[in-house]
Amino acid sequence: MKSNIHSHISRQYNAELEDIRTRVLAMGGLVEQHIDQALQALVNGDLDLANHVATQDYEVNRMEVAIDEECNQIIARRQPAASDLRLVMAVIKTISDLERIGDEAEKIARMAVRLADEERPKNNYMEIQYLGNHVRSMVHDALDAFARLDTDAALRVAREDLQVDKEYDGLMRQMITFMMEDPRTISRALNVIWAARALERIGDHARNICEYVIYLVKGKDVRHISLEQIEKELHEDSGA
Amino acid sequence: MENILTPDMPRTARPVASNFQVPRGTTEQTSGAPAAEAPAAHGAEAPKLKARVTGLNFYYGETHALKNVNLSIAEKRVTALIGPSGCGKTTYLRCFNRMHDLYPNNRYEGEIVLYPDEINIIGPKVDPIEVRMRIGMVFQKANPFPKTIYENVAYGLRVRGVRKRSVLDEKVEQALREAALWDEVKDRLQDLAFNLSGGQQQRLCIARALATDPEILLFDEPTSALDPIATARIEELIAELRERVTIIIVTHNMQQAARVSDYTAFMYLGELIEFGDTDIIFTNPSKKQTEDYITGRYG
Repeated sequence: MKSNIHSHISRQYNAELEDIRTRVLAMGGLVEQHIDQALQALVNGDLDLANHVATQDYEVNRMEVAIDEECNQIIARRQPAASDLRLVMAVIKTISDLERIGDEAEKIARMAVRLADEERPKNNYMEIQYLGNHVRSMVHDALDAFARLDTDAALRVAREDLQVDKEYDGLMRQMITFMMEDPRTISRALNVIWAARALERIGDHARNICEYVIYLVKGKDVRHISLEQIEKELHEDSGA
Repeated sequence: MENILTPDMPRTARPVASNFQVPRGTTEQTSGAPAAEAPAAHGAEAPKLKARVTGLNFYYGETHALKNVNLSIAEKRVTALIGPSGCGKTTYLRCFNRMHDLYPNNRYEGEIVLYPDEINIIGPKVDPIEVRMRIGMVFQKANPFPKTIYENVAYGLRVRGVRKRSVLDEKVEQALREAALWDEVKDRLQDLAFNLSGGQQQRLCIARALATDPEILLFDEPTSALDPIATARIEELIAELRERVTIIIVTHNMQQAARVSDYTAFMYLGELIEFGDTDIIFTNPSKKQTEDYITGRYG
């Protein structure tokens, strides 16, 4: 589906819908940046950067409130229907997930603050780095799918979430092994686990955003169903 | 056989509209969905067919105003017709009570078969007066007769030959109550109808239509001349009446169609473009023309 936001009789309405879309992407960009900085802070033991990210989440929250308010105004004034209605609904839901991703990034930054005091492991938190890069690219691709209304890309990202869950499980096992072998690593391992948990949650939120993209484009609610079912739904639609 | 009730239903749509129980095998159900889970939105069993409209064409002289419309009407449901001016929705509505017969050179083709007795009401042998007894109409502008409130409501009954005062009194009160007007006019039934407010006059016209116990009520833009409060009253009334009467409403107010109707039909240039469950038409229509119209786009 190509975007047809610009074809309303009311140009003002075009501008309002375009504006919320742009602001979601801006908010997404900021959230991505926070994930990136939180990871950097954790991996490099950068206390200043960690503290910076941990205090910047208010900006994401502020954007969520502002976009919500704008959506309220559009509903009240325009009574959007069909794809316009789906856009507004998808925006409201997407920003709620973005806000939570921001919260998770903040958590990672707080873990980074604690880990900065700990002795650094030999592998330099490679497993977190790996999981973090994966999750960050999911968020990026989810926002990209939102911007381009690309359901295929959305489905690919949703599929990535399964991989992330596997990586998270692997990391958990590894941490448990460390803790059993050497109890002195427990405190550090716990912090790593908390950070990994936050990343895993970010992956879930990215998947949610992809589901909203599919809803926005196809008008199908694909929450709480398996990937195979989603694929089937999309396939049915293109075959119809 | 194609299910004529749902010519344009999206396949993924909830199968409400495709589950009319059509009497005596006039059509088959093509939807595979079990009837039991179909009408979730309305909490009642699947609706029956009230009027089957097939291949309806209408000509104003040379002008071909309705082009092969297949749009059937479910019993005790509200069907809304939307579309830009000149799309044929009022023409379609007027076919139902043979309004077009009032002008020469108008011509019908096709069938409007009324259930349960299966008569084709646009057939040449059917008396238009008889049709109008069964199918009432309410217009854009309230048009009470220049008579008293009482006589307006009693008029149709008198035409039918009802003379007995007690019967008339009872029917008039009942119709006024059903039109949610009784409490406002019970002490002034002998006043001229023109002394009522616009919203009251419109409800009086609804009472007048209800007095003859119609099977179908046709509403042609019933609230376009009313303020929001009077509009809300009429909409509330439609919600109550749909328990007993089949309703077809033409409206330019799309939010109104979304609020009051169970099914929505979108017409354009004399053709039926899309027909389906109102829930779906306003959230995920399958035709681009429908989408463009309801979202205020230029197609």
